[in-house]
Amino acid sequence: MAFFEMRGIRKSFGRTEVLKGVDLTLDRGQTLAIIGSSGSGKTTMLRCINFLEVPDQGTISLGGEQLLDAGAAKKLSEKELRALRLRFGLVFQNFNLFPQYTVLGNLCLAPQMIARDRPDFKKNKKQIYKEIEEKAYTLLEKVGMSEKAQSYPCQLSGGQQQRVAIARALALSPDILCFDEPTSALDPELTVEVLNVLRALAKENMTMIVVTHEMAFAEEVADRILFLDKGVAEFDGDAKVAFGGECPSQRLRDFVGSIRK
Amino acid sequence: MSFWNVTLFLLNGFKISCLIFLVTLLLGIPLGLPIAFCSMSRFKPLKILSKVFVWIIRGIPLMLQIFIIYYVPGLVFHYQLFANVDKYLLIHYGIEDAGRILAVLIAFAINYACYFSEIYRGGIESVPRGQYEAGQVLGMTKGQIFFRITLMQVIKRIVPPMSNEIITLIKDTALANCIMVAEIIKQANTLAATKALIWPLFYTGAFYLLFVGVLTILLGRLEKKLSYFSA
Repeated sequence: MAFFEMRGIRKSFGRTEVLKGVDLTLDRGQTLAIIGSSGSGKTTMLRCINFLEVPDQGTISLGGEQLLDAGAAKKLSEKELRALRLRFGLVFQNFNLFPQYTVLGNLCLAPQMIARDRPDFKKNKKQIYKEIEEKAYTLLEKVGMSEKAQSYPCQLSGGQQQRVAIARALALSPDILCFDEPTSALDPELTVEVLNVLRALAKENMTMIVVTHEMAFAEEVADRILFLDKGVAEFDGDAKVAFGGECPSQRLRDFVGSIRK
Repeated sequence: MSFWNVTLFLLNGFKISCLIFLVTLLLGIPLGLPIAFCSMSRFKPLKILSKVFVWIIRGIPLMLQIFIIYYVPGLVFHYQLFANVDKYLLIHYGIEDAGRILAVLIAFAINYACYFSEIYRGGIESVPRGQYEAGQVLGMTKGQIFFRITLMQVIKRIVPPMSNEIITLIKDTALANCIMVAEIIKQANTLAATKALIWPLFYTGAFYLLFVGVLTILLGRLEKKLSYFSA
């Protein structure tokens, strides 16, 4: 069994079926790129992975543990959903940093909230907060933003904001880090700095799922490709095959060709 | 009557105006919040009920609402609640107008809570959905997301429209006049009626102007204080 598996994922909004039974498998330390034209369901797929949407049908398992069986009668409670969401990180297209907090505050807020549930929180509050802050500084260093720890998001460029957003997602040590078109809202010269962070994470064997339009990047970094077309997985397999001349899916070949032009 | 004596006499009335102002804010600001949440509720009946309520309160003159609050207990339950409170407190504690002021405060608090609720609703709905989702993927609870993320951004957004309402409020307190509460304009009218002095009536404008001036400076400072981030 693969590290992360989704089977038969279906999701409808009203009468529109956006995902029509999509499968996905990913091994630990690999990077998966989800590609496809707009309206293909790739963002919905990512939102299902992060439990921002709960699939109507299908199963999700991580590290051999079944996280979701949408067919089961029991609906997930708010608390269960929160616990599940913590297994995954998500970096948004438009960053969504919290504007009223400093960079450091953005990284520390959620870990501090979660630490409140620890039984020793009251006793060791200072120590716990110190550890959270230290970890935040380590992560900021990793994305090259430690000098801006005390800045507010509005004082940063888009690329810097996105790097902070990546650090924020990493602060909760997710098993899988997801990216929803992380460079779409950035100027071309700023995409480079964000992609460099992703490259570094891939090298460290962070398990990642990236929805992207950057074909060159997908080809370079991704181990696997999931090509969605109208809610169906047209191709799910090795990246080398996906971008090679022998790709079995005509649609994917056309898609890659049209973007490369 | 000397200028100084008129000033003191009017100041007595302005104390009542300020009391209505303060208590209305103290009650209306928190009361607007549940009304705003009801207006945004996904539970349809509650949402409709709240919208109809806001429509009625915003749709009827505040003066009429004061009359309704003041007279309805007597008309419907044959018990003149506010007049009796008036009498009781006057006889036992020597406090004047208490029942009437109470009626005014209830009418004002409800009326302003409805206006505030619409400002809150606009503020809450203008916070991008992504902020909420960012909190969700970080495993935060609904309460944590509201208090730690949304609230501050809402406050920043609503300060300018709230400032407007607050400035309107001090001038609206003159409506208490309609059920004979001795606020500042009623006091000036008394002088006109008993001493044949008209100028104190115009002089009351200075009190309002001074009050609004201080208010404008304070609210401007608050706005500036929140300008450290852009939302």
